[in-house]
Amino acid sequence: MARPMTMAEKILAAHAGLDEVEPGQLIECDLDLVLANDVTAPIAIKTVREITDRVFDPERVVLVPDHYVPNKDIKSAEQAKIVRDFAREQGVTHYYEVGCMGVEHALLPEQGVVGAGDLVIGADSHTCTYGALGAFTTGVGSTDAGVGMATGKAWFKVPETIKFVIDGKLAPGVTGKDVILHIIGMIGVDGALYQAMEFTGSAIEALPMDERLSISNMAIEAGGKAGLIPVDDVTRAYMDGRVERPYTAYYSDEDAEFARVIEIDAADIVPTVAFPHLPSNTRPVAEARDVRIDQAVIGSCTNGRLDDMRQAAAVLRGRKVHPDVRCIVIPATQQVYRQCMEEGLMDVFLDANCAVSTPTCGPCLGGYMGILAAGERAIATTNRNFVGRMGDPTSEVYLSSPAVAAASAVLGHIGLPDDLEPVACAADAE
Amino acid sequence: MEFKGTVHRYGRDVDTDVIIPARYLNTSDPAELARHCLEDLDAGFVEKVAPGDIIVAEENFGCGSSREHAPIAIRAAGVDVVIAKSFARIFYRNAINTGLAIMECPEAVDAIADGDVVSVDADAGVITDETTGQTFTAQPFPPFIREIIEAGGLVNRWKARLG
Repeated sequence: MARPMTMAEKILAAHAGLDEVEPGQLIECDLDLVLANDVTAPIAIKTVREITDRVFDPERVVLVPDHYVPNKDIKSAEQAKIVRDFAREQGVTHYYEVGCMGVEHALLPEQGVVGAGDLVIGADSHTCTYGALGAFTTGVGSTDAGVGMATGKAWFKVPETIKFVIDGKLAPGVTGKDVILHIIGMIGVDGALYQAMEFTGSAIEALPMDERLSISNMAIEAGGKAGLIPVDDVTRAYMDGRVERPYTAYYSDEDAEFARVIEIDAADIVPTVAFPHLPSNTRPVAEARDVRIDQAVIGSCTNGRLDDMRQAAAVLRGRKVHPDVRCIVIPATQQVYRQCMEEGLMDVFLDANCAVSTPTCGPCLGGYMGILAAGERAIATTNRNFVGRMGDPTSEVYLSSPAVAAASAVLGHIGLPDDLEPVACAADAE
Repeated sequence: MEFKGTVHRYGRDVDTDVIIPARYLNTSDPAELARHCLEDLDAGFVEKVAPGDIIVAEENFGCGSSREHAPIAIRAAGVDVVIAKSFARIFYRNAINTGLAIMECPEAVDAIADGDVVSVDADAGVITDETTGQTFTAQPFPPFIREIIEAGGLVNRWKARLG
């Protein structure tokens, strides 16, 4: 009988060919997938070439140009070309060209490339997003990813797990984004350093998959190595008929050892905004109404999925973005973009005077498509608000849910959907 | 490996966006990245840093993005070793993999001042503040990490393994 283990430990043990592992143990694992993007893949590709002529399995290498594509400048075009040429040469099946691509961490779950029980490394820190599917997936640098592409293997130090139990009912308007901002505000940006986070409880079970993905996505902002959510009916309904390989649900044993168990009453979580310049610098939105904004960004791997678009559109329907604000909406994948059109959300965004972009990471990391001038402020549904993250080093980024970002875009300052004047003739706008 | 240089001291949560802002990530050329190293945190860093200098910082150095451009930029700017109270996980791996020496030593970080001259014996884990004469011992690397460092990085370790 193996020692009681957490779901993170079980996934790592299974991929190391071991019956059991324990925190601190250094293991070598077989990888299900290795991911990189147009910024990180060029260095990873160099690494591959130093070791071998062929990737370990062209069906298990995933290359998603998403950060600076459609190419923002000549240098970006060269980087994207390196990735494209490599994908063709190696016969990489999961290469997503402009027109098919999306923001990687929205795209892979949507396309069924990743599933429960998988072990995935990606040369992008938000690779932890897929923990919401019950997978152990973690961000690494380009060299680790390159070695992974060449060999199919990576070394891991088995992390301890912090278990979060969030019981109760979230208030209306409180989303997965507010849950994770609340947690990061509570434990700090290194509160889960070198540790896995496991999110459980009735409030998590009640969340749709898109909001769960937002929670796991930001595990890294607490220093977490992975952000796992146990598989349940919601996960299965999302994965069945979508995931291209068989999947396995792993659950923490009842007597598994956790580094900490943190219990949170869902009723204590309110719509939350993270002030500059750390995601842990959180305050209730209700206490941030004096912050005027110049821009709102709704999108990214954190909040660029269909439910996010619907929540933003529900606020923007029949309203106009404040004349002092630029509101940029970026559906994270082609499929989300198309669904927005089919559901009429594009009309809502355009009628509200939003700019709607093709999928890209663009403004989230200060690449392009919405860069801030000196002293400007943005509210964004993205994941980081470090100094200079979205532009000039004196600009400021405030992190929030899509509904709060949309409401703020209309108000011209940070605020709640409830702060808005009711829409006249709402029935006509439907 | 032994290092000696002048200390540039910073606070906690030095993130990879300030180490190398994403607006420069349209290249992975080390020399180009070095020209913008730490510019959003300390605009004068690139001008004042000299080859062999040392960065000292508090907790969670290198948090945020997985960009390996961060340790590459630091090393290309001339810094051979970073001493911190703790490192963010991905940066820790990236530093080991790219040959940037890192040391965890909270006592040294508390004692060393900006501008001090510090010498480091990375193999023994000994840090000496030459300005004050104080000596500190850093957390030793686990044997497995030491193996990667001694092999000259992760790629060389794999090349040796695959023959």
